[in-house]
Amino acid sequence: MNDFFDAIEFIFNEHESPAGGASVGGLSNMWELMWPHLQLSGASMGIACAIAIPLGLWLGHIGKGGFLAINASNVGRAVPTLALIAFFVVFIGVGFWNLTLALVLLAIPPILTNSYTGVRQVDRDTVDSARGMGMTGAQIVRRVELPLALPLIFGGIRISAVNVIATATIAPLAGVTTLGDPIINVNTYGDEGRLAAALVVALLAVVTELALGAVQRAVTPKGLKLEGGAGWRRRAMALPNNRREATT
Amino acid sequence: MSPLLAQVEIREREDTCVSDNGFCPDWIADNFDRYVDPFLQHVLLTVVAVAIGFAIAFTLALVAYRHRWLINPVTQVTGVLYTIPSIAAFFLLLPITGRGFVTATIALVAYVLLIIFRNVLTGLDNVPDETKDAGRGMGLTDRQLLWRVEVPLAMPEIMAGLRIAVTTTVGLATLAFFAGAGGLGEQIFADINFKSNVVVAGGLAVALAALLDAAILITQRAITPWTRAAAAR
Repeated sequence: MNDFFDAIEFIFNEHESPAGGASVGGLSNMWELMWPHLQLSGASMGIACAIAIPLGLWLGHIGKGGFLAINASNVGRAVPTLALIAFFVVFIGVGFWNLTLALVLLAIPPILTNSYTGVRQVDRDTVDSARGMGMTGAQIVRRVELPLALPLIFGGIRISAVNVIATATIAPLAGVTTLGDPIINVNTYGDEGRLAAALVVALLAVVTELALGAVQRAVTPKGLKLEGGAGWRRRAMALPNNRREATT
Repeated sequence: MSPLLAQVEIREREDTCVSDNGFCPDWIADNFDRYVDPFLQHVLLTVVAVAIGFAIAFTLALVAYRHRWLINPVTQVTGVLYTIPSIAAFFLLLPITGRGFVTATIALVAYVLLIIFRNVLTGLDNVPDETKDAGRGMGLTDRQLLWRVEVPLAMPEIMAGLRIAVTTTVGLATLAFFAGAGGLGEQIFADINFKSNVVVAGGLAVALAALLDAAILITQRAITPWTRAAAAR
């Protein structure tokens, strides 16, 4: 347990680096590492959402491209994050925006799959009655399909966000200093620094998951909440599509 | 000195393609054997972690299926385990279990529990009530009903969960070298600026994920022939 006390102490107090020279540890140093971590994750998630949500809504609305939307997740999972980052390092280059692009590719599949599935699982009768009320296609997407798909869309965002935060930990391999720096460059930070970084990354992921879970509940239309009831099912929906149609 | 840095190999750099960190088929052909052991370590890590994870999560799901109040607590605990990034989990476990295969396996098992638990339970819940009633009408006991009717009919979802678990674990096992358990990630990390190395090690990891995924899919087709019959109608 002493290792954990040392690690927590590292988070709050500055230390001399085991490699000599600059001091490491302490809250300001942790923040210096966490800020680029958040910037990187935020930029990637923003871009991924801007691409995947409209695309998923559109494919779901016209009812085409289901094969692409559903299999995007399956293919995405099969590429290890370390391999993805390594491919980017050797073929595209290092640096903040190159890495952002890699993380965008990582973040898109779950959001795309869930946006598509979210629209497709909207009751067709509901869509028909909206059309019967004289709504245009764009109105149906915005006022009927999007609200009803929001819980699933946010489920996708949750998976991607946690995955991106986890993967941003190996960003130092691509030349971006994040919370992963103490993990990769253990000589500079020491063992307690590495454990401290692992603790902070784990905490960051759990806090993000809980916060987005709260947002997900907040954006769930009242009607769906009344109908749903079973909390674990909502939770289950937050994960990659596991319906029978996705198994073949 | 970090054990990680000590493992970085100094490669022969006579060939200009290799010294330019290029993509060199000749180098790959000559050095392919150095990837065999990491590949096998990777396979072992994945298979052992998914097998243990499946045994635990399947048992939990069967218990929770009968005792519904267990669903929420199990989902929440496995949910937290699922959320903690594996790379962090490896280092959080190091002070407790030390470096090596065991630590990596524990972290990987923790990660797949939620995926399998959720899918097994969804599968069991999707079994139509009429089918269960028919089974009971034929005189099946609860135990017989579970193993002869409910589990077989839940197979598509169970296998889907297994596929997600396997492909995810292959990906996460590329980080297992941080816990001192080797695998293909160690090769990628050892020379991340060398195209040939990244392509071979990364390619092998993707191929392994695809291969195991296909193997489970084929198994599923073989043990659930009725799903194809239904689709053909």
